[in-house]
Amino acid sequence: MSFEASIWYLVALLTLGTGAYVVFTRNIVRAAFALVFTFLGVAAMYVFLRADFLAAAQLLIYGGGITVLLLFGVMLTHRHEGMELKLDPLKALPAVAIAGGFFVAIWSAARRADWDLVAPVEPVGTSEAIGSAIMTTHLLPFEEISVLLLVVLIGALFVARRSGEEEGS
Amino acid sequence: MSELAQNLTLPGALLAGLSPGVAAMLVMFASCAAVLGVVALNGMFLVWWERKISAHIQSRVGPMTTGYWHGWLQSIADGVKLLLKENIIPLMADRWLFMLAPLVVFMSAFMAFVPIPWGEKLIVADLNVGVLYIAAITSLSAIGVIMAGWASNNKWSLYGGMRAAAQIVSYEIPVGLALVPALLASSTLSMQGIVEVQAGGIWNWNIFAGGPFTIVAFGALFLASLAEVNRAPFDLPEAESELVCGFHTEYSGMCFAFFFLAEYSEMFVVAVVASVLYLGGWHDPLGLGILPGPVVLMAKVLLLVFVQMWFRWTFPRLRVDQLMYLAWKVLTPLGFINVFGAAFWLILV
Repeated sequence: MSFEASIWYLVALLTLGTGAYVVFTRNIVRAAFALVFTFLGVAAMYVFLRADFLAAAQLLIYGGGITVLLLFGVMLTHRHEGMELKLDPLKALPAVAIAGGFFVAIWSAARRADWDLVAPVEPVGTSEAIGSAIMTTHLLPFEEISVLLLVVLIGALFVARRSGEEEGS
Repeated sequence: MSELAQNLTLPGALLAGLSPGVAAMLVMFASCAAVLGVVALNGMFLVWWERKISAHIQSRVGPMTTGYWHGWLQSIADGVKLLLKENIIPLMADRWLFMLAPLVVFMSAFMAFVPIPWGEKLIVADLNVGVLYIAAITSLSAIGVIMAGWASNNKWSLYGGMRAAAQIVSYEIPVGLALVPALLASSTLSMQGIVEVQAGGIWNWNIFAGGPFTIVAFGALFLASLAEVNRAPFDLPEAESELVCGFHTEYSGMCFAFFFLAEYSEMFVVAVVASVLYLGGWHDPLGLGILPGPVVLMAKVLLLVFVQMWFRWTFPRLRVDQLMYLAWKVLTPLGFINVFGAAFWLILV
């Protein structure tokens, strides 16, 4: 096993292990912290796939941004003694069924796929290609997403606004 | 990594007989050891320097006896003391997260040193997305700070962690916006590429590339990055007068030392980012190229670090609402103005 392959297996183990911990733990704060390491593992997977820009974006947005907001929300909303997450069998059953079905679908697709093995390529920069693709071919979806985000932002402001503040107090 | 190995002849000769896998592993460990050495030495020097600067600002002399010459051995003595001290874990703390938190904070500071260009050929890894990588990795320290605050099971620590979360999420936006004008001027994200664009003297540096807009952007970057590394006047997560010591109240011994070392490393890293993006990196002001790159870069970085320390011992701490006001109503709009202004300036002028 090559050096890169052994690191790959370590990262895969970290990603799957912390991901499983997120699902099975009852401590919601620990679950949120474990999710950080799952996101880091996914970022490392992007590095193995030579997608450097995507890896950095994953690290910046999921690792540093979303999980911080998540932790902030968790800490603001639950008591410090630790809220236990309830594992309801009635809810667990459909979840297991859906996850199992999804796994079978992915597995059969992966088995049937014709894997075209090529020699590992040298890492090349991807940010330039991504930038010009967004600004030329995919300009309309890009603009649509930005409009959507604006709508979400205004909606969040409207929801968060205290009622009875229309008089400009 | 491979750049460093190719540039230093000695490892090349040593590694010739080994299989590529083992050689890659050795080079990786050697690079990590080199970075760790720089982080540790830099931390010890900056701690001593800050004590001297703070002392002189307050009309004192600071450490004088350890090591005979202006107390230069003081940091090493403190380091040994912290190594030998007992590592206390509170009874009701979350043990795993409590131990993990200093490591997360330290790792994020440590990993940010990887794409720093020290000279023309001296860089551990010239990542194609270097600037983005540093911004991403340094933002991970917030996770460690929140982790420490929560795991300590202490109200002051928790408050510190919460403040850190709010502060870092807010200040990531002005920092990101203040990076953009320099990236527009150099049209690359690679740290080494940004330095190469600014060759040939002070007038080619990015700080003057976009007229007034890049100068203002440099100032905004400096201010916002102070807030991102929790330095005074933005050190609310560890405000001594309100929160005892904030998120690291319960830490002692080596775990505390990790937080301390990480803080000084982060100060250094944000100063490096500002110097590389706006002040020409390892290029000297006259474009002569006589002095070696690391010396020039260190001079610029230490100047910025000195200003950081000067700020800390001069300005009073901001309140939480003032901090948020500065981030969202001053620095963020200013950042947008700088981005558009610099873009127009670069195209039209």
